[in-house]
Order: sequence, then structure tokens, then C-alpha cells
Amino acid sequence: MGLDEAKRLINGWVRREGSGRDRLLPLLHMVQDEIGYIDDTLVPAIAAALNLSRADVHGVLTFYHDYRRQPAGRHIVKLCRAESCQARGGAAVEAAAAERLGVAMGETRRDGQVTLEPVYCLGLCAIGPNALINGRPVARIDSAALDRIAAEVAA
Amino acid sequence: MTRVFISRDMASVALGADEVARAFADAGCEVVRTGSHGLFVIEPLVEVEAGDRRIAYGPVTPADVAAILDGTHPNCLGEIAALPFFARQQRFTFARCGIVDPLSLADYAAHGGWIGLDIARAAEPQAVVDAVKASGLRGRGGAGFPTGIKWQTVLDAPGATKYIVCNADEGDSGTFADRMLMEGDPFCLIEGMAIAAHAVGASHGYIYIRSEYPFAIQTMRDAIALSAGRIAPFTLEVRAGAGAYVCGEETALLDSIEGRRGQVRAKPPLPALSGLFGKPTVINNVLSLAAVPFILAEGAEAYANVGFGRSRGTMPVQLAGNVKHGGLFEVGFGITLGELVNDIGGGTASGRPVRAVQVGGPLGAYFPPSMFDLPFDYEAFTAAGGLIGHAGITVFDDSVDMAHMARFAMEFCAAESCGKCTPCRIGSTRGVEIMDRIIAGRPVPSSVRPELVEGPSFSADVERKNSPSTSSGQTGFLDQALYSRAPDRIDVSLGAQTALLRDLCDTMKYGSLCALGGFTPYPVLSALDHFPEDFGAPAPVLAAAE
Ligand SMILES: Cc1cc2nc3c(=O)[nH]c(=O)nc-3n(C[C@H](O)[C@H](O)[C@H](O)COP(=O)(O)O)c2cc1C
Ligand code: SF4
Ligand code: FES
Repeated sequence: MGLDEAKRLINGWVRREGSGRDRLLPLLHMVQDEIGYIDDTLVPAIAAALNLSRADVHGVLTFYHDYRRQPAGRHIVKLCRAESCQARGGAAVEAAAAERLGVAMGETRRDGQVTLEPVYCLGLCAIGPNALINGRPVARIDSAALDRIAAEVAA
Repeated sequence: MTRVFISRDMASVALGADEVARAFADAGCEVVRTGSHGLFVIEPLVEVEAGDRRIAYGPVTPADVAAILDGTHPNCLGEIAALPFFARQQRFTFARCGIVDPLSLADYAAHGGWIGLDIARAAEPQAVVDAVKASGLRGRGGAGFPTGIKWQTVLDAPGATKYIVCNADEGDSGTFADRMLMEGDPFCLIEGMAIAAHAVGASHGYIYIRSEYPFAIQTMRDAIALSAGRIAPFTLEVRAGAGAYVCGEETALLDSIEGRRGQVRAKPPLPALSGLFGKPTVINNVLSLAAVPFILAEGAEAYANVGFGRSRGTMPVQLAGNVKHGGLFEVGFGITLGELVNDIGGGTASGRPVRAVQVGGPLGAYFPPSMFDLPFDYEAFTAAGGLIGHAGITVFDDSVDMAHMARFAMEFCAAESCGKCTPCRIGSTRGVEIMDRIIAGRPVPSSVRPELVEGPSFSADVERKNSPSTSSGQTGFLDQALYSRAPDRIDVSLGAQTALLRDLCDTMKYGSLCALGGFTPYPVLSALDHFPEDFGAPAPVLAAAE
């Protein structure tokens, strides 16, 4: 999406949803949902739309783990690293997932097919290790499940 | 047409409930999607309507449809309520969860919904606050503060604009009760918030739900739209979090709703007097608010009659981690930790001995089985050097490396610190470094079986940059740069590092502004105290004698 188009998206949303400062997180969520990430070049437009300083928007953008400042891969695998999943073999699954998908935790594969991200608990803690594959919850991840995930992200 | 009931809860869906539901629809059944009953070993679960009964089958797969419909499937469980896991519960808050269609107003009303709100609205606000006080309800979000007293403060606070905020950030590992309630009985939370609004004179409310819960966010938004007329003039909206654990802390949560970095505010002023947008604000956990309709409908006595000591009513306990019968178990306070883990939970899923349980999420203590006679009670857990928190119990078998778990607690605190105060922001990073030195310096404990914890190694084509790691090796220049002091200038002996760890925990505990920095010492020190052998020290006498 070009910069002008992104600006229209932002300004249109603000006209509908309001321009109070408390709109900042919902606006950042919307931009990420629509464009996939929040490019630094959009920060001035977001700041102007909500009448905030650029530093202020930058501060919020970088505080929250969800907001992405670089494009992600075509597929996003969010693997749970929290205690209950660890109790069910999560560390070994994490290492195996990195190997099977060919990308380290927290990184996007060079061919842009997949991003592997950590998540700290999905509220599925009795059936781990768990992941969100493109937003779809998957439980009890084992090597067969990793094979299916690897096939899915190859597409 | 045969009616079948299949859960749409995120856990059920993760186990394949959508595919099962589709198969039943394809077979010509009327499929009603419910919440989850809360026992995951029997999911995906399907209940077939037979007169006024429901006959359950689980776990099932899409291939099982024919055998279930003709009643020959071997996994027939009979009626859910008769299973021991459910028969032993006291379901006050979760009475409807798993039974009703979460988005059916007719179901909600038919199962006792809105009675509490009607009673509340017919009464004076003070009478509603008094009922909540009399119930003995304490905040289920972690701190256990009496809910009625919090409401009284907001009721008495001057000002025309007040807010109700529901804390649905549920960031603790091992907890999922808030999620299950929002997905399985959202009107119950809405009713509780509407009662709170009447009690303190608020006209608008927010439900702050963590972004990791997409199903709960959608269900709550739908439920708010459906029930808008029923709760008017009170209005509600959902706000999605953005992946910051600290936003579960109430003042950080308020800053997050206001569109700021989720940083903890110093108290006073209390949020009850100056909260969201500077207005008097009730902020309560999902389970605190969802307990209120029962209290109003059935009477404060009915709630207070159950419980233990100053912990009244029921607690939706969550059994998680390496446990055979994991799930949601709502029961009066006073049940012991051992009953929960062994009798209800059935021990570990791996079949190996239980070595440790963590109660209360990443800020909660680790307990060994020798402490399993501890009753579930706020005061008893505090006295034992831990906390109940949001009542998540994470079970670990004997393959757990407790030094690694202590390191993880520090690493989590470092990743999630809001950065406002030094003991937490810097201390947690130093804590990771100390744990790395201890782990590098200790003899490998006999309990730690390397083949279980290490897993497959990275292969050469893996792009390994500065990734967060669960291993403790110092690799790469960045990791090394983080080590602020040259090892040759400090005493890296196990004894010195352990003493330093205790000292650091002391500083974090007493010098942090909020419980993230202040309670991270709980998992760290409990691991060290109860499992010293994993830190290279002699095993405690008690364990050695066993
Ligand atoms: C780091 C941190 C995280 C917290 N996370 C949550 C949470 O996810 N959900 C919650 O209800 N309370 C959480 N709390 C507790 C809240 O600050 C607050 O005590 C609670 O929302 C009050 O509601 P209650 O009285 O109904 O428990 C957290 C506290 C801290 C310090
Ligand atoms: S203890 Fe940590 S999370 Fe809490 S206020 Fe201080 S820096 Fe922030
Ligand atoms: S710890 Fe992984 S889902 Fe909760």
C-alpha cells in the first residue's frame, strides 16, 4: 500500500471512529490488520490524525509487543513459550519448530514464507504445547503437527 | 432432527471441535455450539439430545458421527454432570458454561439470567454494595481485595462520571477461566458489570481483553451488541490489548485504554477515586464481576456459606501444564493443593511423578509435593510464601529443571517490565545473568535429564540471530555485551552467586512499584528454597529422606 493510500485509510478511520487520544491503540491495530505492519513512515500521519506528537506515537508503538514495524512472512506461527506449555515439553517443541520451519524464534524466514514468533500463553494451558497458526489455534503440538504446519506454511 | 451440542471454546476448537461440528451438520443434525464444560481430555466432546437429557461422547473425531448417532460409540460418557470431575464441583459462576448457547438471549434467560440485575435495579445502590460486602467476595484477579469495599469507595466518590472496567487481560500462564467464561457465558459478565454500574452510578464500561484471546474478543463484542437493550442505559465496549503482560496491572491497564504506554501508576490516588480519564473507576477481574449475578440472585448468604476462613465462596481453579485431567474446576475455598493436583487432576499427563507445581502464574511460587496439604485460601498461601493469584495451577513432572524455571521467571520479568522502576527493569536482567552463572557452574543435577530438556539442536541453515532462547548458553556478541561486568572481576562461585541472587530478590521485592518486579522473587526464591539441588546446593533433608 502506498503512503497516500495509507493516509486515506488512517484519516477515513479517524473520521468514523473519532480522534481522541484513546483511539491510538485501536488505530494501530487497524493499520496492522490492514497493512500487516506499521511502517515508520506512517507514524507522522498517525500522529497528525490524533493530534499527538510523533515521539508519543513512537513510544506507544514500540512499547507493545503486538505491533510490528517490519513486514511479516506470508504465514505467522505464534508458538507459546510460557510455563504450562514448557511443562508439556514446550522447549523441545520450540527447538524442533525452529528447525522444521527453518527459521529462528522471533525471525522471518529469508524467503518470506513464515514468521515464527513467541507468545506468552494462549489460555489453552492444559493441552499444550500450543500455537496460533495464522490466527487458528492448534493444541498438543508434536512432530506430526509440526509436519502439518510446515506443509501449510510452504503454500 | 437430532440436536447435538458441541463447544466453540478456543480450546475445543484447537482440539478439532470445528471439524466435528461440520461432520454432524453434514449428517443432517442441528448443531448447537456451546461453551466448554472445562475438562479437556474428553474434548472434542459432543452431547446428543435425548428427551431432556444430553448423552455425551468424547473425545471424538469427525469419523465417529455414525457410531455416535446410533449409540454404539465406545467413548460414551453418559451425562456430563454425573462424571466425578463435575459432580465434585460447586458451579456458582460457571453454572451455565458448556450448557447454553453463549449468544442466545433466550438460553440465558431460561437458565436464570438477568434475575440478579433485576433485583439490583429494584434496590438502592447502597443495598447492592452491602450485598456484595456480605458475600465476602474478594477480587479474583490476584490481590484478593474485598470487592464490596472497592465498590463502596467508588459509590462514595463525588462526580457525575464514573466507569466500570473489567480486567480481562488474563496474562498468567496456567489460567484460562476468564477466557472460558467470556466465550461460554458472556452475558454473565455483562450482567455483573451492569449490576456494578447500578451500584456505583456508572454509565459506561470497558472490557479490556488481551489480544491473544481473539475468540473471547469476538464473543464479547457480539454479546454486547445483542444485550445492549437489556442493559441500557448502561453501555459497554471491548478494548483489545496489544501483547503486554504488565497491562494486567490495573493502573497500566487504564493507561493502555487511554492510549498510552502501559506503565504502572503510583498509588495513591486509588483508581476508585481517580481512575480512567481521572474519574472514579471500579476495576475488577472477569471472575469477580461474573460472581455478582449469583450473589444478587441467590443471596449473599448462599455465596458466603461456602468457603474457608476469610476466603468466601467458590474459586474457579484451573488445572494446567503436565496434568492428566486438566481443566476448570470450580469449588469452595479450603480444598487442598494435593486434592486438586492428585485426586482431581489425576497426577501428571506424562505418568511420571509430580515434582513441582506453580500456583498463581509467572509471579507465583513453586511448591513441592511435600507442601500439598496446603488449603486453597488466600491467607494460607501467603503464609506459605506464595499466592493464589488467579488460581492457575501448573503441574511439572520430574523432568523439570528448577534453575531453568527460575531463570525463566527473571527473563519474563525482563521482557515484560514496564520500565518505570530500576529494581524491576535492571534487576531482572541482572537476575538472568546470575542464573546463567549458576546454571553454568553447577554440577548437572541428577533430576535433570538432558535428553528431556534439550531437544533437537538447531541445524546450520537456521537463521539464528539474537533470538530469545530457553537455553542458557552465552552465545553471540549481544548476549556477551549484556554481561556488564567482566567475569574475572566478580566471584562466580555458586555460593557467592546464590547469595547475590537472594540479595537481588530482596531488592526487587521491597524496591519495586508493582507486583511484576515485586513478586518475581516468589518463583525464583521458592525454586531455590525447595529445590536447592538444581542450583548446585545439597538437596533438602526432607527430600533426601524420602
Ligand atoms: C503484573 C501484574 C499483572 C496483573 N494481571 C492481571 C490480570 O491479567 N487480570 C486481573 O484481573 N488482574 C491482574 N492483576 C491484578 C490487578 O492489578 C488488580 O489487582 C485487579 O484487576 C483487581 O481486580 P479484582 O479486585 O477483581 O481482583 C495484575 C497485577 C500485576 C501487578
Ligand atoms: S515493578 Fe516493573 S512493571 Fe511494576 S512498575 Fe516497576 S518497572 Fe513497571
Ligand atoms: S502456557 Fe501455553 S497456552 Fe498457556
